[in-house]
Amino acid sequence: MTCEELKKIAAERADIINVRRIVREQAERLAENTGYRKQVLVCGGTGCTSSRSLKVIEQLEQSFKELGIDDVLIVKTGCFGLCALGPIMIVYPEGAFYSQMTPEHAKTVAERHLVKGGEIVKELLYADTVHKDGSVIPFAEIPFYKHQMRIALRNCGVIAAESIEEAIAAGDYTALSKVLGEMSPDEVIAEIKASGLRGRGGAGFPTGLKWQFTKDAQGDKKYVCCNADEGDPGAFMDRSILEGDPHTVLEAMTIAGYAVGAQEGFIYVRAEYPIAVERLNIAIAQARKLGLLGDNILGSGFSFDIQVRLGAGAFVCGEETALMASIEGKRGEPRPRPPFSAQCGIFKKPTVLNNVETWASISPIILNGAKWFSSIGTEKSAGTKVFALGGKIHNVGLVEVPMGTPLKTIVYDIGGGLPDGKRFKAAQTGGPSGGCIPATHLSVGMDFDNLTAIGSMMGSGGLIVMDEDTCMVDIAKFYLEFTADESCGKCAPCRIGTKRLLDILKKITEGKGEPEDLDKITELAEHMKSSSLCALGQSAPNPILSTMKHFGDEYIKHVYAKKCPAGVCKSLLNYYINPDKCRGCTLCKRNCPANAISGAVKSAHSIDLAKCIKCGQCIEHCKFNAIEKK
Amino acid sequence: MSKVIFEGTEEQREKLLSCIQAHRGEPGALMPVLHEAQNIYGYLPSEVQTAIAEGLDVPLAEVYGVATFYSQFSLAPKGKHAISVCLGTACYVKGSDKVLEAIEKELGISCGECTPDKKFSIDSCRCVGACGLAPVMIIDGEVYGKLSAGDVAGILDKYIKG
Repeated sequence: MTCEELKKIAAERADIINVRRIVREQAERLAENTGYRKQVLVCGGTGCTSSRSLKVIEQLEQSFKELGIDDVLIVKTGCFGLCALGPIMIVYPEGAFYSQMTPEHAKTVAERHLVKGGEIVKELLYADTVHKDGSVIPFAEIPFYKHQMRIALRNCGVIAAESIEEAIAAGDYTALSKVLGEMSPDEVIAEIKASGLRGRGGAGFPTGLKWQFTKDAQGDKKYVCCNADEGDPGAFMDRSILEGDPHTVLEAMTIAGYAVGAQEGFIYVRAEYPIAVERLNIAIAQARKLGLLGDNILGSGFSFDIQVRLGAGAFVCGEETALMASIEGKRGEPRPRPPFSAQCGIFKKPTVLNNVETWASISPIILNGAKWFSSIGTEKSAGTKVFALGGKIHNVGLVEVPMGTPLKTIVYDIGGGLPDGKRFKAAQTGGPSGGCIPATHLSVGMDFDNLTAIGSMMGSGGLIVMDEDTCMVDIAKFYLEFTADESCGKCAPCRIGTKRLLDILKKITEGKGEPEDLDKITELAEHMKSSSLCALGQSAPNPILSTMKHFGDEYIKHVYAKKCPAGVCKSLLNYYINPDKCRGCTLCKRNCPANAISGAVKSAHSIDLAKCIKCGQCIEHCKFNAIEKK
Repeated sequence: MSKVIFEGTEEQREKLLSCIQAHRGEPGALMPVLHEAQNIYGYLPSEVQTAIAEGLDVPLAEVYGVATFYSQFSLAPKGKHAISVCLGTACYVKGSDKVLEAIEKELGISCGECTPDKKFSIDSCRCVGACGLAPVMIIDGEVYGKLSAGDVAGILDKYIKG
């Protein structure tokens, strides 16, 4: 294929994509040119397919047949970001945002909205998109989307995820054609350097420098590698990019191949992401067919191809040397650096490795220029960052905001705050390697350096919100269980250190903690940070250190008073029945597996603490909130 | 290693050999072959590991070393219905440990085990990325979200009767 043919594919479908991108009135006019009266976009990402969005598509197809609708386009996209409301369906040109769709709802929408002369079914819309006066707000204007700036996620939820033609029409491969046609490898690297882009995988290393080192390294062969081993629990932006816009990753890797002088690339992706793997394989096959991967790409004489390699459930393989060992077919154990992977990577050849979100930022930088990118975000952290919002928050999902956006904007304006009127206690960032941000730091601007300064870290961008019911010692224990389990065992500080830290935390949560345990934790943590082989061991103590720093009083209450203030640690709690609230309905008594509850009908019951096994069955069955944990 | 007697069919063996053939000589072939072998047999018994070692000409110790390093590779067979409960952070914060407890109680086995009639096995998994539905569990690829411990019995019933 030539650059002209690429432009032709883009031009043919440009209007179809534009209908989804511009405001309503213009979109309506544009829709007339496309041959499709309306377009229905249904999310086919992991979140929505898990809540059965494919059944919604099936139902739409069937209803269209029955109703004789043949001028409405059904598009299966990647993730829209608002996963808590799945399955999500958007109808253009109106931009009507239907949430929590069922096949029955889809049938209703087809019959009442998608037929000729139909009208939006307001009662099925996401409530926030219906104004008090009954008018419909296009979804891009609701708070969840309004505060966002989508660069890496620009095409997710906009294009059909399995169509290379739609990807091209949305702008994919335009940057590649510019690079191959107009830029030298040095110019490409200079542009990336000038943009200030830093790796989105966690460490925040400047991407342009990485490319420069790999280009400068000696080697008969070089590799480009994509880290899609997104292991931080609660982070799913990389998966969503691969599911929603896989071509942007292929394009960026090809650009890097051209810049550093590599002809082969690997994508190392988690096997737990079957949809992402399938879409990657489809995308690679499509790109090869059109000549956008393979020999002599776009007639430039440059050749490049990409293979997919599956991980097999090892968290440590997100570390670069471990990842490369795994691609080589070995146990995924890290090795000491130097030599760095830019000199000695996959099969001992110079290798440039970036994470998915970093790759997704490359082509916008090439197209819009380094200046544009560096003008977004903060001085030392340019551009945007995708956060995976999760935990105790209304709008669970993916959000992309400029670096430096205050945490409270993300939690309250975009995330919609905490459910059930609960109080914000902390946000955990950086997964098992990160730390927590307490309520006193809610105004912190989220960028690499600010987060490190307050004892957390950016990590890959998981952001778990916790409310007053979360015990910080228990959370630290949870992360330590994770790292102790995932430690590869190669170096002693990590293998033994994580286990010992976990033992101490278990002791504390079981009410057996002693004052000197707190000092032991600090000492052990410092040793692990300074002497572990890779980032897994070096950062494993972070969750404990940061919870001790910000929530030290909770540790002290666990150790000295043997109390868990949040009411989580079972051994430190007792169950009581509040006689003022108990109506004597006997439901708790009948459901107690230990026969620990006594009391006559219609008079207050009580729990025999000696018999109680603290299973919580009574709380689940009590209809009057009469049972308290203290 | 598993005590279950290995019962591979001729068809499975042919599939495995052709997969080994396709990857022979390719650098880093071991991981993709182990993935395919597990797809074919459902687990990686010693017989399969031996065939891979011979076919790819790598020491059996290395095959075993790699197979036991990664949590996705299983040396023991799974139940007819494989249950997997997500213990990722988002699910944990929303109480997936209580869901797991309820499943263990319902089936009378612990996480990582298989029921004596080989009908169910329980595993925990790391984040599957469906955090919007937290807490989630997966049975035979079907995702059940927004669970509470009370939902477990009703869902399992479908599979017990089915």
